[in-house]
Amino acid sequence: MSEIAAHWNYYLVIILMMLGFYAVIARGNMVKKMVGLNIFQTSVFMLYISVGKIDGGTAPILTGDPASVYSNPLPHVLILTAIVVGVATTAVGYALIIRIYEAYGTIEDDEVAVLIDSDQDARERADAEPAS
Amino acid sequence: MMQHLPILQVILPLLAAPLAALASRRHLAWHLTLVATAGAFAISLVLLATILRTGTPIIYDLGGWPAPIGIVYVIDSASAFVLPVVSGIGFVATLAARHLVIAEIDARDHPLFFAAWLLTLAGMLGQVTTGDAFNIFVFLEISSLSGYALVAMGAGRDRRALPAAFNYLILGTVGATFYVIGLGLLYMLTGTLNLADLSVRLAEIENLRPAYVALAFIALGLFLKMALFPLHLWLAPAYSHAPSAVTALMAATATKVSVYVLIRILFGVFGFEFPYMTQAVGGLLLTLGLLGAFVGTFAAIVETDLKRLFAQSSIAQLGYMAIGLGIMTSAGIAASFIHLFNHALMKGALFLALGVIAAQTTHLSLHTIKGAGRQIPITMTAILLGGLARIGVPLTAGFISKLYLIRALIDSGLWAVAALTFVSSALALVYVWKIVEHAWLTERPENAPVLTETPGQWAPAWILVLATIGFGIYAGPLVEAAFGAAQVFGPDIIQATQTIEGLQIIEGLEGQE
Amino acid sequence: MQDDPVIRVVAKVLIPAIMLFALYVQFHGDYGPGGGFQAGVIFAAALVLNAVVFGLHRARQVWPMRYNLMGVSAGVVLYGGTGVWSMLAGANYLDYFALKADPKAAQHLGILLVEFGVGLTVASVMVALFFAFAGRLTHIRLVAKTAAHEATDSGTSRPGDAA
Repeated sequence: MSEIAAHWNYYLVIILMMLGFYAVIARGNMVKKMVGLNIFQTSVFMLYISVGKIDGGTAPILTGDPASVYSNPLPHVLILTAIVVGVATTAVGYALIIRIYEAYGTIEDDEVAVLIDSDQDARERADAEPAS
Repeated sequence: MMQHLPILQVILPLLAAPLAALASRRHLAWHLTLVATAGAFAISLVLLATILRTGTPIIYDLGGWPAPIGIVYVIDSASAFVLPVVSGIGFVATLAARHLVIAEIDARDHPLFFAAWLLTLAGMLGQVTTGDAFNIFVFLEISSLSGYALVAMGAGRDRRALPAAFNYLILGTVGATFYVIGLGLLYMLTGTLNLADLSVRLAEIENLRPAYVALAFIALGLFLKMALFPLHLWLAPAYSHAPSAVTALMAATATKVSVYVLIRILFGVFGFEFPYMTQAVGGLLLTLGLLGAFVGTFAAIVETDLKRLFAQSSIAQLGYMAIGLGIMTSAGIAASFIHLFNHALMKGALFLALGVIAAQTTHLSLHTIKGAGRQIPITMTAILLGGLARIGVPLTAGFISKLYLIRALIDSGLWAVAALTFVSSALALVYVWKIVEHAWLTERPENAPVLTETPGQWAPAWILVLATIGFGIYAGPLVEAAFGAAQVFGPDIIQATQTIEGLQIIEGLEGQE
Repeated sequence: MQDDPVIRVVAKVLIPAIMLFALYVQFHGDYGPGGGFQAGVIFAAALVLNAVVFGLHRARQVWPMRYNLMGVSAGVVLYGGTGVWSMLAGANYLDYFALKADPKAAQHLGILLVEFGVGLTVASVMVALFFAFAGRLTHIRLVAKTAAHEATDSGTSRPGDAA
């Protein structure tokens, strides 16, 4: 039991990770997929940040006191980069969703799939009997 | 300036990208891109020549901070082998991009298109150059994000590019996030992110259980990125609906760079001696590689859309690279490196040649090329030769990689796998024959649009076709460099003799001509 | 929202303060928590607030779209250029010590330039994203309207309408 309590941050991260990953896989709505993807990524950010925490550690700013204990700043820096990457991914994702909505009139995965198939059929028909 | 080449390799395209985005005059963006990619190609060739001559890795400390504290860029035999592949394809594809982009992309978008083009190239070069595991993730995302945008730019011609790019984004991001999870576990275990330092510290650790999990996450993430069966579903739609120039660039380089990163992590960090490496990871790679080779080939056989056909065959080719890694010997890795090189050449040639036709028609299928063999013979011959190289016909580079792959399999006693590999390559004959049948043995329909070709259009594809044939006939230096690259990840004695035997076979072949 | 005097006055008071705070976070980043990423986002927030309160059209007059592309590119070039400068000064890429004789001043100058490049890029990217998404709104409404029209006109529902 104490084993679990000591590692509570990992369990929290795993739950969050699986929630996000489930949404990415199981949801048909593209916006919900993106939300799931963001939750999934955030859980990883939290994994890194919680690992950098040291009991009783302060923010890693030089105070001149040699006895003070700092949290590990390296995971923070890595995750700052990862957050920026995440923001960029989210922006590209939503931009694509908007364009998909403009092109297909829907953002449901299965409905778009139907329309993609009909696009394919239309092109194949056009091939079979090339119009002048 | 010579000692700065490792960093210039990456920042030349990286800094050219914002300038290309600002370029306002027509074609200025393309000229800038051409100069930057030519520069990157030249730098990679100089680096390769230096490594081949001296044999000692070049280590570049970013900001003057030495490893393991700072980020280092490492040029060794392996990265020096992959860099010219990526930058060379980038350069040739840029040459072709001039007419392809004019035909397929709205003129207002050209500056941004080339900015994304340069960024994706910089990201791929960065992944190969860097010696820092987290840096790999950042460059992976730089190249992927600009890649999603490039794929989506196919929407002007075909709206299906948008959902294809979206699915690519979702799966690509999941893959990259898996990689970061694995990396986080490794960092917790070792406290370092430097690839060389990671492998040293990992060897000292007794309780390896988190490392197993880390290995699983990283491998899974990279399998997704390299489109290994059954994680390949994003590839065919993304490649078939992207603009032709983008398809050529990405099909020839993007997945190959992920294969390289996988090699780096599997053998450079974990190493052959890592528990379960041979049985679990090796077995998995062999199984998935073989399945991928068959599934990709069968999917290509039933396909009528030409871009999608060759995208499916890419999945088969990636399967062969996975088989090479799965053998878990230096000879196997060398075979994968040779195939990585050859596949980049032939896929680049095929998609650039297909681009010539795609730029003139709305849809690229077997019907559109009916009788095209007489109308545009030079382009169609390039496609045919690319297809033959893909089967592994002697005198093409494809033969060399199949030869070394099958030899490596037989040397490890994997006879069944070798036989299946041979069968699946031979099956590729079916879809190459389909193309021959449609292009040469069928009359062009009366009302079909007339196809044309100019030297400016087919020249880039032919550069790569000639390289494919050239390396197929004179494979000695390529094989030597590939074995040198494999040596980075664990030299053993068997392999030194194999290099000589391999060279003898090549010399024998040359004698037969 | 444009008509509410309270919001307009509060926004007018807040926007310069937010911009000033962004600059504080940017340039105090050398001594305390802060830096280009945070400052860029805060600065962009001021412009987003401007667009939300006074409308996208007015915001684009204050900050035309082409500023975004210029800002993004200039930031990246400033970051990379600092690295190239240290290379030209004879040290490795991004080695700040080569920028000046005094090591402390050199580090200070290096990080200042790099962080300013980051801030410029982040601010421009954020504003560009907001403009790009907000600018699509009329377009999207139009698509939705046509889709609804088609559905009622032809009597056939789009797939999924029943769901």
